[in-house]
Amino acid sequence: MTELQDTARRLLDEGTVQVVIGWEEGRRGARPVFVRSAADCDKLIFDTRCVHNLATYLNPRRSQVMELGKPAIVVKGCDAKAVAGLLREAQLERDQVVLIGVRCGGVVTEPGAAAAPALTVDTVASRCWGCDVREPASVDVLVGDAQPEPPVTAALDERIAELDALPVEERLAFWTKEMERCTQCYACRQACPLCFCERCIVEKTEPQWIETSPHARGNFAWHLTRAQHLAGRCVGCGECERACPVGIPLSLLNRKLQQVVYELYGYTVSEDPSVPAPIGAYAVDDTQDFIE
Amino acid sequence: MTEPAPSATRLDDDARRADPATFEPRITAFVCNWCTYTGADLAGTSRLHMASNVRIIRLPCTGRIDHVFIVKAFERGADGVIVSGCHPADCHYTSGNYHARRRFGVFRELLSFMGVDPERLTFSWVSASEGAKWKDVVDETVARVRRLGPFDAYHQLAGPALPTDDPFAAMEVRDDRQGGGRGVAGDTTAGPGVSHQAGAPAGGAS
Repeated sequence: MTELQDTARRLLDEGTVQVVIGWEEGRRGARPVFVRSAADCDKLIFDTRCVHNLATYLNPRRSQVMELGKPAIVVKGCDAKAVAGLLREAQLERDQVVLIGVRCGGVVTEPGAAAAPALTVDTVASRCWGCDVREPASVDVLVGDAQPEPPVTAALDERIAELDALPVEERLAFWTKEMERCTQCYACRQACPLCFCERCIVEKTEPQWIETSPHARGNFAWHLTRAQHLAGRCVGCGECERACPVGIPLSLLNRKLQQVVYELYGYTVSEDPSVPAPIGAYAVDDTQDFIE
Repeated sequence: MTEPAPSATRLDDDARRADPATFEPRITAFVCNWCTYTGADLAGTSRLHMASNVRIIRLPCTGRIDHVFIVKAFERGADGVIVSGCHPADCHYTSGNYHARRRFGVFRELLSFMGVDPERLTFSWVSASEGAKWKDVVDETVARVRRLGPFDAYHQLAGPALPTDDPFAAMEVRDDRQGGGRGVAGDTTAGPGVSHQAGAPAGGAS
């Protein structure tokens, strides 16, 4: 912890950065904080409640963040993958940001606890299962103690397998029920570090591709589009699902597409921005079993 | 958009659709201008007989076919969708079909996961000389979708009623270009008339 605070203090003192984006102890658990003076660096924490993907503050949609001056952000493995996504898609230059990597052994589902809960199969976030990054490699400074692997929970994958095993009509019924609750508030989009279009397709009205009134049909079009636009780009940080006020299991869609791009194109989302994302790239010998 | 009064035709249509003996699948085909459209044209000029359930929408390239087109087709009452373009290595724009292949490989799985039977989707490569292959693609798709029955589950999802007797009537978009657009429908400003024009080779349904 002091290592993180000292690093932030040094970066601010040196004038390398003007703001450090990390987590602090809030009234209801951990929350993001923007530290702009060295004196405030004591606020910074990192523990299993630090679930937020802070890379979302580097999203070009949030130009007000860059107006504060050059930022340093604290990143876990999944956050570093999101930063790599922004770099890969030319939304950010590497020298525009300083990355402080933290060694991470998994986080919990919600940041709200008063003290950092221990990670168990029941408390660990589903996204941490299969996470291969204990130490983000693409960072400028790495802090924290070595961490163990997160507890193994295959809940998400088991749920996907269950849905896949259902007849197609029942899958439609399952998703219809979920979609009926969506209010198209777009919190999923706003929370996402990689949804950065200046003008989202859902805001295009001539022609209107996606019905914006919140009924199941418009919601289907929205969620199909959101998932498809994130296919092969989603880092699986689960922030969309956490932001959803009605609890739609968006991680099922995101994880499903992660499985699909892996099965079809052998692609896993990477911390290396030079590896092209699967949609937008191609190989002449790509699978075409589904094409007559 | 004003809701059209339920017409006798439309009511008849619903009744016909419910009965497997009289059900006629509505198939929307999104095809590329350079290969499949020309192939379909060849099928037409060769006087090949094929199912008349397919309405063609011509686009510049399979790379121009956005997945929302497919969603929109199902919303407007399509029972099945065909996406067809140039064979690999034949793309007029070098790589549009390769990009489409990746996109639809993924989108097909996503649709299936969310409950749209992938059997309702046909992806094919049909070149300008493959009029006969186009006929086969059309006939096979129509037969397959006929077996599956009407896909009312999707377009009847809760939401304001949409006209389904002509899936493209409501897709009308304003055309601000000088002289009006009779060009390729891939441009989202092109008028809806194009689809009907383009429907000629395979013969319009209804």
